[in-house]
Amino acid sequence: MSLSSKQKATVKDFFSKMSTRSDDIGAETLSRLVAVYPQTKSYFSHWKDASPGSAPVRKHGITIMGGVYDAVGKIDDLKGGLLSLSELHAFMLRVDPVNFKLLAHCMLVCMSMIFPEEFTPQVHVAVDKFLAQLALALAEKYR
Amino acid sequence: MVEWTAAERRHVEAVWSKIDIDVCGPLALQRCLIVYPWTQRYFGSFGDLSTDAAIVGNPKVAAHGVVALTGLRTALDHMDEIKSTYAALSVLHSEKLHVDPDNFRLLCECLTIVVAGKMGKKLSPEMQAAWQKYLCAVVSALGRQYH
Repeated sequence: MSLSSKQKATVKDFFSKMSTRSDDIGAETLSRLVAVYPQTKSYFSHWKDASPGSAPVRKHGITIMGGVYDAVGKIDDLKGGLLSLSELHAFMLRVDPVNFKLLAHCMLVCMSMIFPEEFTPQVHVAVDKFLAQLALALAEKYR
Repeated sequence: MVEWTAAERRHVEAVWSKIDIDVCGPLALQRCLIVYPWTQRYFGSFGDLSTDAAIVGNPKVAAHGVVALTGLRTALDHMDEIKSTYAALSVLHSEKLHVDPDNFRLLCECLTIVVAGKMGKKLSPEMQAAWQKYLCAVVSALGRQYH
């Protein structure tokens, strides 16, 4: 389910609109991931506090959002552009790829929360497809 | 049986109190048909679904959105017996309508996004967790009679 050029433009446009709130969206996304899917906390056992809204969760959510923004810039070649990030996730972090889907869902919820007017069904489908492609590119080096 | 804490029950009630079924039902189903176009397979008799605008303007889609969301709300009054509450509806969706139960999950995802759009940050992480747990329980009950 690859992105049409119109959908790529929609993604770039929406992310650009979002950029003033990207930290907030990143922090909220990870908070909701650990709240709604508590099993994801298993990846953060090294943190003192992995509860929703905690400082390490917010900080890491912002980091992840930064990675997603970086991927928007590489939307024409996600596999090539995310090669080293994929190696990181495959060999070091070893996050089960099913969690990429869960994170994507939480991100979509936050986008809808914070930009209810702009997050139309058309934007929704484009961003959903983009996040799915991103997840595939991240999982590229897994096996 | 699904166990609910008092807080979870409060959260689910709070979310439902913010939902206008006549507004959110149509929005959720329209979004589902647009974001996951393969779900249109079940609505061949609904007329024009050929464009996003057609889907949004289609009165049968809107009416069915209300039906589906009303059905989802039923569990609120039967939170300790969700399985039995949806047994007949599960048989209907399996034997008569032949709906792939994964579609229930897709509709619920779209519903959560619509609810998030209406509630903004008032939908706290804990409320979202309880809300999604509720939807999960209903989806599971709806899929239970498939064989």
